[in-house]
Amino acid sequence: MRGSVINAIMSVTRFLPRNAMQQLIDALATSGYRVLGPQVRDGAILYDDLQEATALPGGWTDDQAPGSYRLSQVDTPRCFAWANGPQALKPELFRAREVLWRVSRDEGGTLRFQQEEVDGRPLAVIGVRACDIAALRLQDRHFLDNISDPYYAAHRRDLFVVAVHCSYPADTCFCVSTGDGPRAESGFDVALGELDDGFLVEVGSERGAQLIEGLALDPAGESRQEQLQAGIDDGARRQFRQLPSRNLRDSLFARLEHPRWETVAVRCLACGNCTSVCPTCFCHAEQETPSLDGMDSAHVREWDSCFSEGHAYLHGFQVRPEIRQRYRQWLVHKLGSWHDQYGRSGCVGCGRCIAWCPVGIDITEEANVICDGAGPGGGDA
Amino acid sequence: MNAYLPREAMIVERTEESPDTFTLQLRLTDGEPYSFAPGQFNMLYLYGSGEVPISIVGEDRQSGVLTHTIRALGRITNGLAALRPGDRIGLRGPYGRGWPMQQARNRDVIVVTGGLGCAPSVSIIHHVLEHRGDYGHLTILQGVKHTDDLIWREQYETWAALPDVTVLLAADVASPGWHGHVGLVTALFDQFRFEPGRSIAMLCGPEIMMRAAADGLHFRGLPADAIYLSMERNMQCAVGHCGHCQMGASFVCRDGPVFGWPEVRELLGTRGF
Ligand code: SF4
Ligand code: SF4
Ligand code: FES
Repeated sequence: MRGSVINAIMSVTRFLPRNAMQQLIDALATSGYRVLGPQVRDGAILYDDLQEATALPGGWTDDQAPGSYRLSQVDTPRCFAWANGPQALKPELFRAREVLWRVSRDEGGTLRFQQEEVDGRPLAVIGVRACDIAALRLQDRHFLDNISDPYYAAHRRDLFVVAVHCSYPADTCFCVSTGDGPRAESGFDVALGELDDGFLVEVGSERGAQLIEGLALDPAGESRQEQLQAGIDDGARRQFRQLPSRNLRDSLFARLEHPRWETVAVRCLACGNCTSVCPTCFCHAEQETPSLDGMDSAHVREWDSCFSEGHAYLHGFQVRPEIRQRYRQWLVHKLGSWHDQYGRSGCVGCGRCIAWCPVGIDITEEANVICDGAGPGGGDA
Repeated sequence: MNAYLPREAMIVERTEESPDTFTLQLRLTDGEPYSFAPGQFNMLYLYGSGEVPISIVGEDRQSGVLTHTIRALGRITNGLAALRPGDRIGLRGPYGRGWPMQQARNRDVIVVTGGLGCAPSVSIIHHVLEHRGDYGHLTILQGVKHTDDLIWREQYETWAALPDVTVLLAADVASPGWHGHVGLVTALFDQFRFEPGRSIAMLCGPEIMMRAAADGLHFRGLPADAIYLSMERNMQCAVGHCGHCQMGASFVCRDGPVFGWPEVRELLGTRGF
């Protein structure tokens, strides 16, 4: 496509009528993508293979609070009238379980190591929120900068992101405070903003432009754009949770002996739910699964958590035997050391760890109590 | 390039060092080049069992045979202990930042090790002795729990006999016939003199020992930035991805295992990091 045509498509916000959503899904499928979209599964909204627009969670909304997540139906034609469920993009790119390589041993004892082939089918995901795009950027840095992780890279390579601007944050959301939402500003191929009668369509990449051009959509017009922005602004104003500042590194490291670590440790079950729903957590353990006949073995990685017993275990010595030390590790890493490692906080304000913590521990509350007095602007990025 | 994929290595020789410590001489079977710096480590893979990080003690330039001294402490290291010459394992590496051998040139080198004969420190000694003209006086302070634990005992005696090398040994518990010091390795600091302005110290062993040693050397005038130490953490990927080895903001596998003392000084004293 010629540059000027792309620019023209990219600069104009278009309108996709609600009944044309199917065309968008079909266009992605025809371009060779495996299409994932949010759907109601077991009482939560999760990503799953999507063929029919009618499978989107139209008329569903959510109610999230510390330790709780509930879906209910409301009278709306909208498909995205809810905030993120437990799943981010993470499980698609950094898989909960991935075979890294296999090794076989012949009778002479010779070992042959073979890299596991990665299913490289391009993936398109519809419904990615701004916080998860921010998390994706962070995981990109972790897995692709320095030494590139070939498995993450293979899943990531052709990822087509269809973002959805958030107008319905949950009570647990605080992306405004972290600066990561609720509008998806960049990092997508196509972004959708939902109104009752359809979607405003923005293009963020050449691939996105190609796809949208094929749909021959009309420009959205001013008033629809204003209406969308008003909805997003409204949602942003409803967020009441916040972190004391965007950089708590110095504040946290100055408070490693704060009594609150003990208080929170009494509640924390060290279950690791928070780390598995967190879209930026990257810890994983390597495991070996030998075949029964002993002729080969698979080397596998699985998500791990800094809350787990073995995480910091070093032959006979446990670096973090106490839950207090593990909760502290999670928080001072997430909100502190990430600044040194990746130039920003590791929290994108998605609120998942709050809703999915069985005892309702709230990261914003803990950070505010521990960093009390640090105040907004305490330390800069 | 897949950073996770091991290469095959064959065990050329196996030596028993102490009841639970052994040395494996390994040769990569693919014939591809390999080089490492003192203080770096490899991930050794035991078939069907998994990987462990093992410091590289040295290499025979001619034959390309790599030396790893391993303490049998867990499932995998115990499995490695059972291997014999001719057996195959996996190896990937080298990883991490090694000792500051460049900054140490023309300086007196003080090696302080504690616990079991510490493999990372042996790589320093080998390097200094191989490039003898590049370094000043070499002082080796070695502390062990029990004199029976001292591996490479003969080797220490050989090193001690070399010109411009001082070896001082300390054991918490001595068996009969022990001529070294009884007590902590840091007590040896009063038994030798060094020139703070032209010395560099490299520490390796239990953290509590390294803390005491760094404090002690600093107290005796050695600048903080002339003190280096080799850290140990749970390591599974060795490439800064799995997160286990984190100590504050550092990935010990990638940013270490050797750190300048000022980099880790604070967290070294904080339990839980
Ligand atoms: S720490 Fe909690 S709120 Fe922040 S990104 Fe992770 S799951 Fe979301
Ligand atoms: S903070 Fe909550 S979710 Fe995280 S480990 Fe503790 S109890 Fe589990
Ligand atoms: S060993 Fe995996 S991050 Fe260091």
